[in-house]
Amino acid sequence: MQMLSLTKVCAGYSGFQALFEVSVEVEAGEAVAVIGPNGAGKTTLLRVISKLIGATSGEIRMEGASLARVPAHEVVSRGIAHVPENRRLFPRLTVEENLRMGAFPRAARKRYGERLEFVYGLFPRLEERRGQPAGTLSGGEQQMCAIGRALMSGPKLLLLDEPSAGLAPVVVQAIFDLVRRICAQGYTVLIVEQNIRQVLKVVGRAYLLEAGRIRLAGNSREFLDSQEIRKTYLGL
Amino acid sequence: MEVFDIFLLEAILNGLLLGGLLALLSLGLNLIFGVIDVVWICYAELIMCGMYAVYYLHVQYHWPLLAAMAAAVVIVAVLGVILHQFVIRPVLGAEPINQLLVTGGVLFFLQAAATLAFGIEFRNLGVTLPSIRLGEMSFSAARLVAFCVALAGMLGMYLFLSRSYLGTAIRAISQDRAIMPLMGVSPARIFVLASALGGALAGLGACLLVLQYDVHPAIGLSFGPITFLICVMGGLGSMAGGFIAAFVFAQFISVGGFLFHLEWGYVLAFAFFIAMMFWRPQGILGRR
Amino acid sequence: MIGNYPLHLMILVLLWGYIYTSWSLMGRLGLVSFGHGAFMGIGAYTVVMLWNHFGWSPWAGALAALAFAAAVAILIGYPCFRFRIVGHYFALVTLALSEVARLVIVALRDQTGGSLGATPNSALHGGATAAPGALQFSDKQVWFWIVLAFWLAGLWVWRAVDRSMARLALQAISEEEEAAASIGIHVARAKLRITLISALMTCAGGVLYAQYQLYVNPDTVSGIGISLQMVFGAIAGGMFVMLGPTVGAAFTLLLAEGLRLAFGNRYPALDSTLYGAMLVLFIIYMPKGILGAALEALRARTARPIAPRKSSGMPSA
Repeated sequence: MQMLSLTKVCAGYSGFQALFEVSVEVEAGEAVAVIGPNGAGKTTLLRVISKLIGATSGEIRMEGASLARVPAHEVVSRGIAHVPENRRLFPRLTVEENLRMGAFPRAARKRYGERLEFVYGLFPRLEERRGQPAGTLSGGEQQMCAIGRALMSGPKLLLLDEPSAGLAPVVVQAIFDLVRRICAQGYTVLIVEQNIRQVLKVVGRAYLLEAGRIRLAGNSREFLDSQEIRKTYLGL
Repeated sequence: MEVFDIFLLEAILNGLLLGGLLALLSLGLNLIFGVIDVVWICYAELIMCGMYAVYYLHVQYHWPLLAAMAAAVVIVAVLGVILHQFVIRPVLGAEPINQLLVTGGVLFFLQAAATLAFGIEFRNLGVTLPSIRLGEMSFSAARLVAFCVALAGMLGMYLFLSRSYLGTAIRAISQDRAIMPLMGVSPARIFVLASALGGALAGLGACLLVLQYDVHPAIGLSFGPITFLICVMGGLGSMAGGFIAAFVFAQFISVGGFLFHLEWGYVLAFAFFIAMMFWRPQGILGRR
Repeated sequence: MIGNYPLHLMILVLLWGYIYTSWSLMGRLGLVSFGHGAFMGIGAYTVVMLWNHFGWSPWAGALAALAFAAAVAILIGYPCFRFRIVGHYFALVTLALSEVARLVIVALRDQTGGSLGATPNSALHGGATAAPGALQFSDKQVWFWIVLAFWLAGLWVWRAVDRSMARLALQAISEEEEAAASIGIHVARAKLRITLISALMTCAGGVLYAQYQLYVNPDTVSGIGISLQMVFGAIAGGMFVMLGPTVGAAFTLLLAEGLRLAFGNRYPALDSTLYGAMLVLFIIYMPKGILGAALEALRARTARPIAPRKSSGMPSA
């Protein structure tokens, strides 16, 4: 079943177009990566999906229903949770309050207790630090908290924006293990990454985004074998 | 000498009572600033409107006092929403100083409109609460009531902000406005909610003030400035800082007024404020 | 010659125009002061008090007032600019200052008459129309010329400041290699200089006001009310153009007088109610003020169309 589909989506900021007729599809239960160089429009792609910015043309569908008329703050209720670039926790709220913000939609509040338990089960470290201001966590813990916050809404589709950015190499490894575990839990994941070698080991399929256009699409095996990818992005 | 001490103690305790009231007044202003990043210079004029509402409903229309007070809280809450939607929203993207000035224009407007509508007479609610004697000291029951209600109001606000989803969202929005939609929160709605809450707190303040003071169109000027200065000294947007600053200011006013003269108490408080700004410009608990 | 009433209005327009111009010297640089009531109050009350209690001539009193105002301006301005207290914070610190001035005047009620105000002792004995030593003139024409001179001087200062600001900007560019801190000090010093000029001019305005009206009151020369009046007068007219503050003064005065003529005294606060509503609309829809907006419209009509500017600045993608 199709979870998310983007059809010829164009988007940009005032006077600057960032995406050109981008089409992306994500099936239910699969993990898909969008890779590409810095400034290719990867973050913009996720922001268009969660409607933080509007698409100038094209169509976005979630489980078959168009998101065109859905305001930004209702996207999460459609089952899309977005872990933004740089994590963007509320630094002066505690870990648990950050998680509570993730459960803000009315439907999510009812299952707050059960999901909190689930998130703490996934990240025992967060439970140890539940009363601590989120701004005092280490980078890796902050990423866990950001992912946990997104999971609190009970999403069907998780959008991850560069989860490994700015983390120490050993922590990056842990984060990718985490992403793999989340995928194994049955979540559908769309992940944007610059750490291409690592992410291709986690996902089943990938898209290559360059200068706002989709250049390549295929499964991760094909990506790892592609001469172009190996030369340009993996330095082989 | 002993008598002197007991009166000084009385002044200190009265300062404490005043501090509770000032803390309540500054809480609403701090809430608005923390959430929307705008200083409502006309905050005290909203309180004036609330005082008139209590006065007219109770004295002219013979509503029971508590009903009139409840209505006043609602009326000022609605005024807060109107202020936000029609005055603040159009300038949200403008220079910060314009946001300050536009509410200054509202101050002018409300003051003049009140003069036009109600005249410049001082109006008294006609409700006198007894004074309570404690040894040699006496305290007005109105102040005591105001203190207790103010503390209860603040406690309620604290619980709301720390326990509820909406309260958490109000605290979160001041830390990262841009990602609030990702949490399923519409910032515009939180702004309206905060404006209503700020208005309701002003309305509550009005109910407590009208028990102690006559209402007239310029009454806002007599406690408006002190309310801003408390907020600034506490650190704009920091509710805990405002709480502390309110009690410090109240002591200056009360004890300074007792040792010299009422106005000198205020002069000392203001001078202390200016000195504090140079020592700690971001306020007691402020971040800048 | 024109009648006394129009002459009175012209004097008030010029006097307030001069005071609003003085305020705008700071306001247009982003130094929005809510404290100019303090400087006006210092001017008005120092002169009247020294005259009434010590028999000082207002000429000497004015010097004392200016010295006093200068001291206060430095006392407030220096730490503000040194510690970079700007925007909201600057506005609220100066607000405290104007309230301090008003409260001190009220508190010294044995000397100042408190909130009832005070009248300078008359020096016009036996039908005299002028007492230059006491700065008292019953002939409004004399006042017209005095106020006109101050107003023109205010405009001259405005131009002089414009020129020196341009020079300062050039200096800042040429001294780019210098340490950032020293440029910071430079800027702080320039701000302090403007504040001093603006405060002294406002103080002189207070002296003129007291001597012209021959009555002072803490609420009409100091405190938050009068401070806001200056801010809004300047904004209504347009604080970024030289004649804007004067236009603001004329506008507010004519509005008040027009409504008074139309309705008599039946609606005592009608003018301020309308004025308040207009201020709100001005700040929302016409932040450059009446004259500023008019000049802009004029320029837009006469200017040749320019190619639309391309927006630069790439957002991070």
